[in-house]
Amino acid sequence: MTTTTVYDAMAQALAEEMRRDARVLMFGEGVATKRADLLAEFGSARVRNTPLAEGIIAGTAVGAAATGLRPVIDLLFAPFLCYAMDELVNSAGKLRYLSGGQFDFPLVAIAMTGAGWAVGSQHNHNVEAWFAHAPGLKVVMPSNAADFKGLLKSAIRDDNPVLFFVDIGLLYQPGEVPDGETLVPLGQAAIARPGQDVTLVSYAKTVPVCLQAADALAAEGISAEVIDLRTIKPLDEAAVLTSSRRTGRVVVVHEASRTCGVGAEVAALVAEHAFDSLKAPVRRVTGPDAPPPASYPLEQAFVPSVAAVAEAARQLSAASWR
Amino acid sequence: MNTVSPAAPARAAAPVSPASAAIPRLEQPEALLEAMLLIRAYELRLSEHSARSGTPGTCTAVGQEAAAVGVVSMLSADDLILTNHRSAGHLLARGADPGRMMAEVLGRRDGYCKGKSGSLHISVRELGVVLTSTIVGGELSLATGVALSQTMLGRPGIVACFFGDGAAGEGTFHESLNLAAVWKLPILYVCENNEWQAFVHRRETMVGERIAARAAPYGIASASVDGNDVEAVRAAARAASDSIRDTGRPFLLELSTYRLRGHFEPDDQAYVNAAELAAWQARDPIARMKASLLAGGGFTPGDLDGIETRVAARIDAAMAFAEASPWPDPAELLTDIYA
Ligand SMILES: Cc1ncc(C[n+]2csc(CCOP(=O)(O)OP(=O)(O)O)c2C)c(N)n1
Ligand SMILES: [Mg+2]
Repeated sequence: MTTTTVYDAMAQALAEEMRRDARVLMFGEGVATKRADLLAEFGSARVRNTPLAEGIIAGTAVGAAATGLRPVIDLLFAPFLCYAMDELVNSAGKLRYLSGGQFDFPLVAIAMTGAGWAVGSQHNHNVEAWFAHAPGLKVVMPSNAADFKGLLKSAIRDDNPVLFFVDIGLLYQPGEVPDGETLVPLGQAAIARPGQDVTLVSYAKTVPVCLQAADALAAEGISAEVIDLRTIKPLDEAAVLTSSRRTGRVVVVHEASRTCGVGAEVAALVAEHAFDSLKAPVRRVTGPDAPPPASYPLEQAFVPSVAAVAEAARQLSAASWR
Repeated sequence: MNTVSPAAPARAAAPVSPASAAIPRLEQPEALLEAMLLIRAYELRLSEHSARSGTPGTCTAVGQEAAAVGVVSMLSADDLILTNHRSAGHLLARGADPGRMMAEVLGRRDGYCKGKSGSLHISVRELGVVLTSTIVGGELSLATGVALSQTMLGRPGIVACFFGDGAAGEGTFHESLNLAAVWKLPILYVCENNEWQAFVHRRETMVGERIAARAAPYGIASASVDGNDVEAVRAAARAASDSIRDTGRPFLLELSTYRLRGHFEPDDQAYVNAAELAAWQARDPIARMKASLLAGGGFTPGDLDGIETRVAARIDAAMAFAEASPWPDPAELLTDIYA
């Protein structure tokens, strides 16, 4: 194990995969400038700066992926994905299907989001649910350095288009990363902390929030299990249901706005398949249906707090409808 | 419990380069005429079928046959093609089987895309017709990546990207040209300027007459030619593709043509100026080709009848094949979503 920041863990993943497979290349606004080490090792054909044009960055990645390359694109901040939406959703997500399976789209689109830099909602907007709703795409949003590395490597090796969201608040967080080859499979949740009484389902920056809430709950005698989804699509339904059936109490926690968010999907999943195990209604603790603000205290107020998560779990533990 | 369909065989390693055997060599004037007649007969047969049987309509290339045949006949087997909703001419000129195309339009199992595309996004990978998109401008956004693969993987072919005058109004047109120029991508941008953008006349959407004028600001060479004269199109396409192969840089070729039928069948064209339509009907590329062949001697009305009979028989057989093709199995709904 080596202690590494998320940023460096991602850099390791990129370098390792580019070393391993000559078809992997990376481009985006400032990629060659900011990743000088990759540029030095792999050259200007495989590490490229681009014009400021997210649509054609994504479209180029889609066209290249279908014809033999394995592009990784950096679209900077998640709201800029709106300019690349057509290429990712209508082309990468649909042209495999519409062509009757004639093309694969092995590409990774990286974008940052989340509270932490007080940059406001045109730079911070958790849009992962938009892409989870689009057929043909995969969506990844890790919570710690080891998973960032292992999931990015798996995403690069996957033959499907993967949206890879990086929570800004985690970017310089250090974490233990295993030495040697680290692969984390897409579509597999992790039990970040085992527990018996209540299941906290989360991903990205709110996983540490849930872990802290679990500490607080433990002091009160409530044993919380924390599930880190890691991949939002395909969703590890089995992991969510197994835990939900065991505890009978579920809180879904994410920073993205509530309406039609990932939490709604998880709650529906549990209601459909584990209803008879539930001892209380599923609860959501999420960001509000508001654009994330810039002002630091407002931005912090947007994010589910440890206190709010612990309180929801406490209420569920007290409640019992059967 | 994942919602993802079971893994299909990985295809990334399979070549996109076409199997040259299936690609016809179109050089002789008779062969060019026959290819144009095949496109027209295909489009008219499907339009009739749609009117009679209520099967889905199509965006026909009637009136634009010389543009398709002229450009495609100058491409080599290594070259790749991206096209759009109005693709039948490009596909047929490249050697696509009209029976499998019709089966696709009718949503049948033997269609090139198993019936999942319908008429609007038919790709035929084995012929190098890749990533057909009906998002107007989609082909422009994807061509740069296809060309990047060609250069980075050391493949010889250039990339021909067909788009309309309407698509040239999309932002992605400008992004695509700029990136292709900056990255020196071997793309033959082919704008079929047919004066219509669905139900809006081109003149309402732009100042000036020529899309080709938009190339120079990006440092891209261009030409604008009579798209209803197949030999003129061929000469221009040769010069353009030679330029791309020599310089490794993109080229924008604008073909001036006209959509003689409506946007999407059925379309009564009530909104079309009758005098304009008549003027363009008088420049019908097929009528012009026939007249020039007959005037040149050595080609007789009997020869023409022979070609037309052959084309009609092919289209009859194609339609019969399509109608006999079964519907897709309902289980197909959930295949081909993920690799
Ligand atoms: C992004 C987008 N906008 C609108 C449409 C609807 N539409 C389909 S074809 C078309 C006209 C396109 O005009 P042009 O690019 O000139 O091509 P043409 O149909 O004349 O061949 C329109 C508006 C679409 N398919 N995609
Ligand atoms: Mg047009």
